[in-house]
Amino acid sequence: MIPSAFDYAAPSTVEEVLAMLAAAESAGDEVKLLAGGQSLLPVMKLRMADPALVIDLGKISELVGVSEQEDTLLIGAMTPHHEIATNALLAKHLPLLHKAAATVADPQVRHRGTFGGALVHADPAGDMPAPVLATGATFILAGPRGERRVEASDFFQGYFTTAVADDEILTHIQVPKFTGWGAHYEKFTRVAQQWSIVAVAAMVKIEDGTFTRARLGLTNMASTPLRATAVEQALVGSNATLESITAACSLAAEGTEPASDLNGDSTYRKHLSTVLAKRAVLAAAGL
Amino acid sequence: MTSTTESSPAAAQKPEIGKARLRKEDAHLITGRSRFTDNMVLPGMLHLAMVRSPFAHAKITGINVTAAKSSPGVLAVLTGADVAQEQGSLPNAWPVTPDQKAPAHPSIAVDEVAFAGEVVAVIIARSVAAARDAVELVDVDYEELPVVLDLEEAFTDQVLAHSTLDSNKSATWIFDSAEAGTGTSIADALANSEVVVERTLYQQRVIPAFMEPRSIVVDPTGEQLTMWSSTQIPHILRLMLALTLGIPESKVRVIAPDVGGGFGGKLQVTPEEIITVLAARRSGKPCKFTETRSESLQVGHHGRAQVQRLKISATKEGIVTGLSVNLLADMGAYLGLITSGIPILGAFMYNSIYKFPAYRFECNNIFTNKPWTDAYRGAGRPEATFAIERMMDELATELGMDPLELRAKNWIRHDEFPFTTVAGLEYDTGNYEAATDKAIALFDYDGMRDEQKRRRENNDPVQLGIGISTFTEMCGLAPSRVLGSLNYAAGGWEHAQVRVLPTGTIEVVTGSSAHGQGHETAWSQLVADRLGVPFENIQVLHGDTAISQRGLDTYGSRSLSVGGMAVLAAADKVIEKARVIAAHMMEASEGDLEFANGSFTVKGTEQSTTLGEIAFAAFSAHNMPEGVEPNLDSEATFDPVNFSYPHGTHLAAIEVDTETGHVNVLKYVCVDDIGVVVNPVLVEGQVHGGLAQGISQALYEEAVYDDAGTLVSGSFVDYLVPGAPDLPHYITDRTETPATSNQLGAKGVGEAGTIASTPAIVNGVLDALRHLGVKDIKMPCTPSRVWHALEEAKTTGGMQ
Ligand SMILES: Cc1cc2nc3c(=O)[nH]c(=O)nc-3n(C[C@H](O)[C@H](O)[C@H](O)COP(=O)(O)OP(=O)(O)OC[C@H]3O[C@@H](n4cnc5c(N)ncnc54)[C@H](O)[C@@H]3O)c2cc1C
Repeated sequence: MIPSAFDYAAPSTVEEVLAMLAAAESAGDEVKLLAGGQSLLPVMKLRMADPALVIDLGKISELVGVSEQEDTLLIGAMTPHHEIATNALLAKHLPLLHKAAATVADPQVRHRGTFGGALVHADPAGDMPAPVLATGATFILAGPRGERRVEASDFFQGYFTTAVADDEILTHIQVPKFTGWGAHYEKFTRVAQQWSIVAVAAMVKIEDGTFTRARLGLTNMASTPLRATAVEQALVGSNATLESITAACSLAAEGTEPASDLNGDSTYRKHLSTVLAKRAVLAAAGL
Repeated sequence: MTSTTESSPAAAQKPEIGKARLRKEDAHLITGRSRFTDNMVLPGMLHLAMVRSPFAHAKITGINVTAAKSSPGVLAVLTGADVAQEQGSLPNAWPVTPDQKAPAHPSIAVDEVAFAGEVVAVIIARSVAAARDAVELVDVDYEELPVVLDLEEAFTDQVLAHSTLDSNKSATWIFDSAEAGTGTSIADALANSEVVVERTLYQQRVIPAFMEPRSIVVDPTGEQLTMWSSTQIPHILRLMLALTLGIPESKVRVIAPDVGGGFGGKLQVTPEEIITVLAARRSGKPCKFTETRSESLQVGHHGRAQVQRLKISATKEGIVTGLSVNLLADMGAYLGLITSGIPILGAFMYNSIYKFPAYRFECNNIFTNKPWTDAYRGAGRPEATFAIERMMDELATELGMDPLELRAKNWIRHDEFPFTTVAGLEYDTGNYEAATDKAIALFDYDGMRDEQKRRRENNDPVQLGIGISTFTEMCGLAPSRVLGSLNYAAGGWEHAQVRVLPTGTIEVVTGSSAHGQGHETAWSQLVADRLGVPFENIQVLHGDTAISQRGLDTYGSRSLSVGGMAVLAAADKVIEKARVIAAHMMEASEGDLEFANGSFTVKGTEQSTTLGEIAFAAFSAHNMPEGVEPNLDSEATFDPVNFSYPHGTHLAAIEVDTETGHVNVLKYVCVDDIGVVVNPVLVEGQVHGGLAQGISQALYEEAVYDDAGTLVSGSFVDYLVPGAPDLPHYITDRTETPATSNQLGAKGVGEAGTIASTPAIVNGVLDALRHLGVKDIKMPCTPSRVWHALEEAKTTGGMQ
């Protein structure tokens, strides 16, 4: 398919992007930022989006890469999935993101598609939002009024909707380290190459056979990623055994509102979340 | 030109037949030297884009093309009204009954659209982008009409798929063994048998999903109108273009260059092909249309789509006494090339490998407001095999008998061939015992049953099922007289030419137009063997009606057992002609010549001459024998006397995760009997691909529509096709019972995997879950469906 005609710009600084966004806004033109294009281009080709201007972020080198700060890692929005899945810092301090990124699509898509693009796109079935939510990351946005920091719990606002305003750009994601935690991303699909029907992200800390900390994120159980708070609470203080994990994870669907589609109805998804939560926690706990 | 024999390396050559040669056509395909239709660029070429109806059923009350016409780069916009006089009606070559009803089938709808995606106008522009941009500017007024999508609902005629027809019923086709004299009465069998099992099974609608979307280029310049098309059937297409558009056939040339798969989906004469001709004729310029993947899924013809109401009767000991089949077959909105005949191709296969005496088949062909259905890998036979193999398992359950034992009690024994079936076909050969024994050993059937028992006893969350499918099929389409008796418009012969060029290399021209199967390799092996010349010296030509003037193309697993036999016959004629010339050259009598390894030798002497030398002698023609034409060419046509009947036993170990409903194919063993094998590499390829497609129908694929008739599974995000990680490591083997219907003993393998595997998988899923109370799961057996079936079994108490 062929998209509608559009103008293309590839600036090399965030400032230039912001200036272009401001100019387009006053002209009333629709603009799209282009990261890896793995979601944007299909949508444009199907003519479900026809921006007048596409601003390619691919030339802004400051947006790419992972750097270590004291208690956090700073991840550039334009860092490709492949880097997230193979980066040594992430492997050590954020094994959850590391593992989740490896389940995204295929190598081609992982080399093109970006961490920031996936988060701003905010597809309910996307694999990055729920793990990032579970980590309690902070989103760093650049806009006409300077830098703005948004907590993960406020970032995802609805179906394909985030806190990023039309005149803003996501530059970095600051993620606390979870060094030494057990982590697992349990993704359920019908075929190997597919978006999550449901997935559960889990990070746990176990001391003396007891869960002392637990953070769980749910993919595709509502229009936004969710925390499985009831499971987290039930786990903390309980023994790391199959029985107590099963009991805690039976609460996974609490407060969820999954959609029904060709891959399964809402009832099935709710059930699935309990099974996958159990499997994710078992794996994260190394059981 | 006569020479003495040298000890040629050819003498040491192993026979080509049976040799595992890599495909000679792959070199150009995998190095990007391919020539697909969309690669064609002609001077001044224009591009088309289709305006399609968003509604599944509507009257067209007005079309405004003004804005589209003035869009940059657009030369013209054609509507149905513009071409109503010249577009004709798309062909249906298989009126299954004399009273078959069908709506007119214009390529561009004129008054009414009957499925979502039907073409209502075409844009002709200077670029693909310009054409695509203008699509949005065409303003069509529709008056929506009620839609009928469900087959059982359509059968009631409460809503009509076409306002021009007074019923959704196209035809009713019946076979009754008592009336045909091939068996006894089904009514008696059902009334008098100790056990009768009755089930309704569903064949979901599936989409062929070939790799290369369809593409067409038409060049109207010059004396002949030339069409390049991504088609399986250049010869039939040429004929049909002539008939549909009233162009003299001699003025049409059709070329199928490299074609990226078809699976029956390119066995069609499409609206887009006709439209591209119309656009090229109007503009006087070459025109190209390449469909998008979305269009390919939406409007390329679909397959299967049947409701199967089945009754099987038996004695308590498990001797089957009869089978009654009552089908509703979804035609979709129109009849395509052989839409109406597809379920009828299955009619002869429901009895499969079994010898029960009573059989009745009734099929109602029904219109709905969906794209039309037509051939899809197996075409009618997978549906039949699914039904009988599912029913054999249901009967075994009812009788408390091992499903393999039940099959063995009822199948035709190897010493009973040739066997005339209750459907009236004569199966020439087969050995179901041998194939089954081999499969059981490879599968470790008893070991698997033990493991199944263990998992049941332990209440393992992952249960194990064993799926069985002992299939046969009729292929090698087809004896022309049989096709005639079924009202099919054409025959089933195939044509070939063999030409020995003056330099000794050889051209083989085949009417069987390959689109990924590997004919170039297999035909080279056949000719290399027969003529004793090197494999590398043979060039196979096909897919261009100017080169291969006669042919009936590729489908129905016919190429080797029909087209290959024409090639062999033509090679034999070359030898006979060469013998006459060689005798003249060597001043010997024909009877004294021996032909081996590409040379004629005068018996008892060292005097010999090669085919190449003979071809050169014929080319120079300085000294030809009296009355012999100066060339070393031949042609032959082969019409088979019977179908061929591949068979096999497929066993699948199926794991079902009862917590998620996920199905995993743990082990898949298939032992196929496809007769003599020319090239095991090609056979493996066909078997693997066939299995993947059959497994995929069981587990993944389904064309799903919303209530308005819009395709919901309209992209590969929602229309799931498996990748390599989703499929098991197949364990394949063969037995070899040669066919008697052709000199090679080959049967055909293009569809076997697809036909056999679907019921093996579903039988396995149900075998894993029956003890938990699950009785049936509709295809595809998605995790959600499997889990819901388990939940339902729990609430209804389950155990049977
Ligand atoms: C075949 C295929 C399979 C896939 N499978 C999966 C899968 O299994 N799981 C999964 O999670 N994803 C999957 N994806 C999607 C993939 O992860 C995409 O990379 C991701 O959704 C979008 O990232 P991108 O960098 O390509 O963003 P783009 O497509 O370039 O952009 C997406 C959206 O985000 C906006 N945007 C991008 N960057 C910024 C920024 N810095 N600031 C503000 N706005 C921005 C864009 O304007 C656009 O609206 C798949 C994609 C394909 C093509």
